[in-house]
Amino acid sequence: MRRGPGWGSRLAVNGALVLTAIYFLFPVWWLLVSATKSNPDLFSTNGFWFAEMNLVENVKDVFVRDSGLYPRWFGNSVGYGTAAAVGATITSGACGYVLAKFRFPGDRLVFGFVVAGLLIPGALLTVPLYLVAASVGLTNTIWAIIIPSLVSPFGVFLCRVFAQGAVPDEIIESARMDGAGDLRIFGQITARIMSPALATVGLFSFVGAWNGFMLPLIMLTDKTLYPVTLGLYAWQADKGQATYNLILSGSLVMVVPLVIGFFFMQRFWRTGLTLGAVKG
Amino acid sequence: MTRRPTGGAATRRSRPVLAITVLAGPFVLLFTCVYLVPLAYSLVRSLFRKQSSGIGIGPQTDVFVGLANYVEVVTDPTFWTGIGRVFGYGFFQIPLTLLLAMAIALLIDSRASRGRSFFRLSSFLPYAIPGIVASLLWAYLYVPQLSPVVQLVHSWGWEVDLLGNSWVLFSIANIAVWSWAGYNMVIYTASLQSIPREIIEAAQVDGANEWVQAVRIKAPLIRGQIVLTALLSTIGSIQLFGEPTILRTVTTAISAEWTPMMLAYNQTFGANNFERGSAVSVVIAIIAGVLATIYHKLETRGARS
Repeated sequence: MRRGPGWGSRLAVNGALVLTAIYFLFPVWWLLVSATKSNPDLFSTNGFWFAEMNLVENVKDVFVRDSGLYPRWFGNSVGYGTAAAVGATITSGACGYVLAKFRFPGDRLVFGFVVAGLLIPGALLTVPLYLVAASVGLTNTIWAIIIPSLVSPFGVFLCRVFAQGAVPDEIIESARMDGAGDLRIFGQITARIMSPALATVGLFSFVGAWNGFMLPLIMLTDKTLYPVTLGLYAWQADKGQATYNLILSGSLVMVVPLVIGFFFMQRFWRTGLTLGAVKG
Repeated sequence: MTRRPTGGAATRRSRPVLAITVLAGPFVLLFTCVYLVPLAYSLVRSLFRKQSSGIGIGPQTDVFVGLANYVEVVTDPTFWTGIGRVFGYGFFQIPLTLLLAMAIALLIDSRASRGRSFFRLSSFLPYAIPGIVASLLWAYLYVPQLSPVVQLVHSWGWEVDLLGNSWVLFSIANIAVWSWAGYNMVIYTASLQSIPREIIEAAQVDGANEWVQAVRIKAPLIRGQIVLTALLSTIGSIQLFGEPTILRTVTTAISAEWTPMMLAYNQTFGANNFERGSAVSVVIAIIAGVLATIYHKLETRGARS
């Protein structure tokens, strides 16, 4: 049995870890505390600790302000996220599977698209996307947000890597011997084997749409179509200080479901980050 | 990337054209609509300019101007100041983020650490917070009237203005470090765990302490991951947009065309100059491409030596 690390290095290692944890957690703590305060209390009480409990009033105010825009924004974010998750998972899963298991003319070109798509900074696409959307009359509609979110080069890349490793050729071949068509094989057999990768793509696509800011900012002018991110920005930009408590509680309401989801789906986060080396 | 070994099942038989079309078609079609067409369209638009006939009344016509929009972009000091800012920001942000990520990954990986899953989760938590919310949160934490941190520092007698001209770039960099360190840490941790235990044990037998193991053995072994994360962070830095746009609502130190992406946005929507906005986007894309190539060269050279 080798000797474990001495108390000196234990203290140094764990002390350093505690410092980093404080750095990462204190803004979240501040958000949690501040979301419970009235606007005047935000400015006059100790920021690190609770004052008079005002959380219920804040959240109520968030939901009724501007004749109930926030609930609409929340619904929109859920809708955009769900559309992205479902759409990107299907298109990426199918294409990733084909790239992994079939040779066909143009397969290198399609894979080239995927790699190029991974490397293009996403924000750079928004101005060009706006120009095209404007010329076909799609700006200020939900399609301007949904259609771009259905394409995920990262998702295709991840599904291709996963299918190469996890879907054995023998299964496909024996299903063919039994007379199954290739579409049925994908729908009933390989898609199931690929489900961890598909769940990861769905999760990342949902979060990507949920967090989206620049695309909606450019595409949408109708406030009832905004996602929460853009709505909070609009409050901040239009009203500033007067709405600080609203923005903080609105942020908390938006963050909580995501943090909970992320806690329970750690396995899929890790798959995504380590298999694909994701772009943000 | 080897393409050989997996093709077996499908190639033996005649190609299922229908299945390939149905399965790969939607992605190819959407990719064309969302990537290829917009990029081609803006490339074309960037070569034109709107001109009003006569004295500026009458209908506008598109006039082909060749590279004139590009000449204007690359001779515009605002553009280069913006490029300078994102490079300055990247110069701070990338090493800080990656060093912090590496430090946490190595600390957690060390045999002396306790409470590993708590520390892993707490550093990854900011990644679950949308960038816009993180920016709003930090924006408030930089406003002296709101922020307990600034109040604390001021009470020590250091009257720092985190939203002033001299600090604001650092303040934005801090938002990125906070948001992305945990994400990179997860990537590093996974690679550290894939290092064969025999290597670490051999080092221990040779008397290497925790520090030597971390710096001399573990870190060099995950070099490829470090290069990759540096590339991804660089791509992220060039498109800096959301954070300064949010901070702009609480400070006057950030102008409407503060970064190249903000310039592209403001030209397109503020000045209604789509052609200039497109040209700016294309120039940023070229710079990003050059940087990606440099990283690729660095990586392949490093792998050979």
